[in-house]
Amino acid sequence: MNLARIRWHIVVFLAPAVIVYSAVMIFPLFNTLRLALYTRIDQERVFVGLDNFRTLFFDPIWAEQFWNALGNNFWFFVIHMLVQNPIGVALAALLSHPRLRFAALYRSAIFIPTILSFVIVGFAWKLILSPIWGIAPGMLDWIGLKSLYAPWLGKEEYALTTLALVSVWQFVGIPMMLIYAALLTIPEEILEAGEVDGVTGWAAFWKIKLPLILPSIGIISILTFVGNFNAFDLIYAAQGALAGPDFSTDILGTFMYRTFFGFQLQLGDPHMGSAIAGAMFAIILIGVCIYLFGIQTRMRRYQL
Amino acid sequence: MNKARSNPLNTAMMHGALIVYTLIALFPVFVILINSFKERRSIFREPLALPNSESFSTIGYETVMQQGDFFLYFQNSMIVTVASLFFVLLFGAMAAYALSEYRFKGNMLMGLYLALGIMIPIRIGTVAILEMMVATGLVNTLWALILVYTAQGLPLAVFILSEFMRQVSDDLKNAGRIDGLSEYTIFFRLVLPLVRPAMATVAVFNMIPIWNDLWFPLILAPAEETKTLTLGSQVFIGQFVTDWNAVLSALSMAILPVLVLYVIFSRQLIRGITSGAVK
Repeated sequence: MNLARIRWHIVVFLAPAVIVYSAVMIFPLFNTLRLALYTRIDQERVFVGLDNFRTLFFDPIWAEQFWNALGNNFWFFVIHMLVQNPIGVALAALLSHPRLRFAALYRSAIFIPTILSFVIVGFAWKLILSPIWGIAPGMLDWIGLKSLYAPWLGKEEYALTTLALVSVWQFVGIPMMLIYAALLTIPEEILEAGEVDGVTGWAAFWKIKLPLILPSIGIISILTFVGNFNAFDLIYAAQGALAGPDFSTDILGTFMYRTFFGFQLQLGDPHMGSAIAGAMFAIILIGVCIYLFGIQTRMRRYQL
Repeated sequence: MNKARSNPLNTAMMHGALIVYTLIALFPVFVILINSFKERRSIFREPLALPNSESFSTIGYETVMQQGDFFLYFQNSMIVTVASLFFVLLFGAMAAYALSEYRFKGNMLMGLYLALGIMIPIRIGTVAILEMMVATGLVNTLWALILVYTAQGLPLAVFILSEFMRQVSDDLKNAGRIDGLSEYTIFFRLVLPLVRPAMATVAVFNMIPIWNDLWFPLILAPAEETKTLTLGSQVFIGQFVTDWNAVLSALSMAILPVLVLYVIFSRQLIRGITSGAVK
């Protein structure tokens, strides 16, 4: 190519973004996947192929932790899908009602937990649910259900679900906002046409609005999936890197952190950490592909 | 007006449901804030009562001020957030302009390459990022965080901004070219001011996750002098677990800056989300 014909301004415009993005995001991503194929023997980096993954999936000690973390992560995701997204849709449906007063006020208030950091949310709920402070048992006492109280964060069988619900509490604002935005784009004529045919209230929601916002629900689902499978902060803030009690709240993010940095008697191992990152990458990639090719292309879109 | 859509009973029920959920959303924040101003005994005896002249105390805040270097943490968070936003917006807008304005070989491919990062979280590459920061000596500096957040914010910024830049009129740019303005002047003087609303949306979207992030400060910059407010409060609270006054005050101090930012920017944020910028 003729050197004079290169339009240098294009290069100048693109270069900073491409360089930073490639150097700090894309290159480390692939480098991490490469590191997963090595191990350290006597201070030297040795290529071992897929051995780390074999250890991760099949070695009794590692496999137990890995499948535990993966299973917990799936449960974490399921709770978000079953609780967060329906509540978000319901709130959005209420807020989008045309003549509702104070809608902006409700919307801003319900979004507040979403802007708080995991550290604040984790500790605030830890204090509120704590048996020492007694706010949660006290409030249950008010409504006569004190017998239902248990130290939820300290019990193996409840801790993960409790944390998932705390996370739901924090992030319900996001599906609410996105669905609200989608509902606003539905033209008034369609709803009026439904009314003429006697479709109002609940029926209008189920038969007219819901089919029209399905694409937005799809986007929210994949955002939830990606967010949940690289979650870490809330569990770490509330339960620490050991994801107690007895690893019952361990998810892939905390498992990777612990493996990478080590804890108590176990030394940190960047190569096994990379292998876990590789597994997370694969899971997220599979999820995104299922969404892009399996769901998004088949979803019926209506021309409005 | 149609009866079915403005039934007073329905309206009351809708307000009821929304009020209940609003209370659920605000209750924990409220409890933390009111109790941070009480002395220890009242915190436990009547956790839901407002502080009065008898129970009022700022002992928690005094402990926090003496023990933790919250002003330094706050300053670090400020520097990291503002600098990252600056680079995300500048680099993102430049790349978006190149992609939306000029036709060149590989334009499509470059767009796709930059969009990859929208779906793939940067955390996956943490091991190699840390290795790189150690090798370049950037570990435990604020630059490490600024670089990571810039890279993290760029894909979505380029995506959103190039959508908006396609809407800037060609006549305006061509008029500039006829007047002999350079491509750089056209971009900085003519195009950038026109996409300011979109830039604000991108900034608000990026601001909260950067400010609240715990993962990268914990891994890349855990040193005392580079702690961000999020990491600083995490460590502080971890050390003072049994001093409830201090913990509640530290939590309140971490909540307040975000709340202030939210009150200032909430309109922008909500408009950004509802205008479909993320679709």
